[in-house]
Amino acid sequence: MAMEKQNQEPRIGFYVCHCGTNIAGMVDCAEVAHHVGTLPNVVMSKDYKYMCSDPGQELIQKDIAAHGLNRVVVASCSPLLHEHTFRGAVEKGGLNPFFFHMVNIREHDSWVHTDRQEATEKAKALAQAAIGRVAHHKALETKRVDINPTTLVVGAGIAGIHTAMTIANAGKQVVLVEREPTIGGHMAKFDKTFPTLDCAACILTPKMSAAGAHENIRLLSYSEVTKVDGFVGNYKVTIKRKPRYIDEEACIGCQDCIPACVFKTPKFADEFNEGLGKRRPVYIPFPQATPQIVAIDPNVCLNFKKGENGDRVVSDKCKKTCVEACGDKDAIDFTQTERFEEIEVGAIVVATGFQTYDATRSPSYGYGRYDNVYTALEIERLVNASGPTGGHVVMRDGKSEPKSVGIIHCVGSRDKKTNAWCSRVCCMYSMKLAHLLKEHTNAEIYNFYIDVRTPGKGYEEFYGKLLEEGVHFIRGRVGEVTDWAMTPEEEGKLVIRVEDTLAGMVRRIPVDMVVLATGLEPQKDAQDVRRLFNMSCGSEGFFLERHPKLAPVNTFSDGIYIAGACQGPKDIPDTVAQAGAAAAEVLALIDKGYVEQEPNTAFILEDECSGCKSCIPLCPYTAILFDEKTDKAWINEALCKGCGTCVGSCPSGSIVQNLFEDQEIFSEIEGVLAYD
Amino acid sequence: MTREWKPRLVAFFCNWCTYTAADLAGVSRLKYAPNVRVIRLMCSGRIDPQFILEALAKGADGVLIGGCHPNDCHYVEGNYKMLRRFQLLKRMLQDMGIEEQRVRLEWISAAEGDKVRKVVNEMTEALQALGPLGLPGRFEEWDREVEHLAATVQEKEAAGCACGAPAEPRDTEVAHV
Repeated sequence: MAMEKQNQEPRIGFYVCHCGTNIAGMVDCAEVAHHVGTLPNVVMSKDYKYMCSDPGQELIQKDIAAHGLNRVVVASCSPLLHEHTFRGAVEKGGLNPFFFHMVNIREHDSWVHTDRQEATEKAKALAQAAIGRVAHHKALETKRVDINPTTLVVGAGIAGIHTAMTIANAGKQVVLVEREPTIGGHMAKFDKTFPTLDCAACILTPKMSAAGAHENIRLLSYSEVTKVDGFVGNYKVTIKRKPRYIDEEACIGCQDCIPACVFKTPKFADEFNEGLGKRRPVYIPFPQATPQIVAIDPNVCLNFKKGENGDRVVSDKCKKTCVEACGDKDAIDFTQTERFEEIEVGAIVVATGFQTYDATRSPSYGYGRYDNVYTALEIERLVNASGPTGGHVVMRDGKSEPKSVGIIHCVGSRDKKTNAWCSRVCCMYSMKLAHLLKEHTNAEIYNFYIDVRTPGKGYEEFYGKLLEEGVHFIRGRVGEVTDWAMTPEEEGKLVIRVEDTLAGMVRRIPVDMVVLATGLEPQKDAQDVRRLFNMSCGSEGFFLERHPKLAPVNTFSDGIYIAGACQGPKDIPDTVAQAGAAAAEVLALIDKGYVEQEPNTAFILEDECSGCKSCIPLCPYTAILFDEKTDKAWINEALCKGCGTCVGSCPSGSIVQNLFEDQEIFSEIEGVLAYD
Repeated sequence: MTREWKPRLVAFFCNWCTYTAADLAGVSRLKYAPNVRVIRLMCSGRIDPQFILEALAKGADGVLIGGCHPNDCHYVEGNYKMLRRFQLLKRMLQDMGIEEQRVRLEWISAAEGDKVRKVVNEMTEALQALGPLGLPGRFEEWDREVEHLAATVQEKEAAGCACGAPAEPRDTEVAHV
């Protein structure tokens, strides 16, 4: 039916949307409608308050029937937002959905200009371009591509685990990739969670082991994604399996090898405990680590030496008491090397999390210079019962308890010199740590804040509880932490210098321990990860969602979703909610079973092709092939992604891109310039 | 044209980075010069140099091309292909006597809404300073000149002037664009 209309005279219907006052406030919509009404081929031209509303869409459908429209143009918001909506409306009206074009007069016009007349002129010009263009539109069919029902989840912190579990519980296969030896992420390091003060391990570790044991989840720990090819529904992903020098199948997690190590006492900084504890070269990050498989650190293990290229190679110098202890399980394998594995998946969820701000970047707070200045994450480990001190809060000398503690908020947050954004969780975790430190040591606790931000369920009440507990709150950004004493009471203490902006005076507060509430920032390799998955980053470096409100877990690449703090700082409840949303998006995709691809592929007009082959090396997808018999090039439509690079370069103009045909673009150029 | 002349800027933006950045500028309510008219393409690699020439020929005073940053192209390397064509086109435009500032290529990522604002404003200012390119007008002038020349030759031939002109009058077909 749609095909029949292809050769008819264009009968165009034009609609300009007020978008409430979003457009109408800056563009004279009635005037735009009037102008477009005078253009050739335009049968009707209307302005309407909300085109995307049901009545707005019905208006299009009714007009198609009543006025025999065969082309529709809507001037409203960005096509990235509502092109799909209006194509649907046009299709419901009985037309091929590609007999439609959209004009962006909101994001590109009314929202960015301040002169009503100029904005109206611009709207007219853009509308005129679309009217010229749409006349050349052709009926197109969307192409259906099957979806591979397996999903890849990258990063196994709470976001990745929750996403993977939700998808796996729906009966779909998941590959969960984590670059550390254990899953759990940052949450596994926390002691308690705000505001309920339930223990992080108690709520996380059951989820971790459930994920590790789930029949539908294939867990690849100590692995990294190195390459991603393909497109929605059919991604080919290469995963690097880093050598942990343990046969994962053979290791039963008995951990007999750890005490058997030739290092009788743990000697090396323990990453999981933020360097506050020590571990051996053979180790398991923490008791509830998932998978329950040890790892050997080749950088410190005596059985390795520095190779010619600076890498670690087996030296065979060690007595290998660990191998003896492992016995006939024979799980230790020093010959392991990096392995690369290729998997095929239909959708990908990126949940790579965050890193905390490096406190040495704010030297005035003395981190790294004064022993008793800690980061918040270090305190999490220090108050934790399974931490390096067994939950006993002592300072770096290993014995004395702090009698007073100063917690400095917004370290590396809300500061144009470091990170401009609010990290959202620091106020709450600072108060949580204040409560825990007071509980453990009964010390005087001082919070130094700019604003206390408690936007969450039960958060403000938690703040009230802290005030009742007698924790001090001093409003002011701390100037410096110093050990320079001005009075005898300040001797041997760390002095926090701050302007108390409520009292209107500069104060010096001597404390034993300083805690820096470091902010959240993008992982240092976020840019590499972004490129790997063809995503975008916001200006601060967090991954960019497709739409901040309406598509918060989607990215600009179909089939690739984001969840958790890699998208922006967020607390655990928000992270889990977002992880669930990402899982729902994936399940919706898989259950539908296919995707409809935009039919913007290119094809070659065989009669015109001179067989020069100049297009062939330009195609990044090797979609252009050469037929030796006919001496002509041809495009494999299944491989074409619709960039149009070959079209723009063909010397004989014999390649055509659907939806972006030369004639359509020339009409658009003429249109934007015709109006004066 | 009764109104005061204002620069006319045609922009070709790729769907994934620069068009999205322009959307972001809108969502962020950044304000910039209203002289720009954006045409959306899937990739800057789609931009045929003819589009740029056509825009100038049809009355644009400048053309702005926006694509993803190198290494960030949604289609792997379309932006590099555009860059190659752009280098050649620049030389051609130079030979045609079109000022360099009139055609500009910028890499603008989806996060750089502010760069859209900045680049559009800069270009509008530059074009304002350069003045109108006015190619459609110039074409008309050239057509008139050629017609005038043809008429003069015909007149002289009719008057029997033996100045070596061909005996048969040629068709004076004038082609442009």
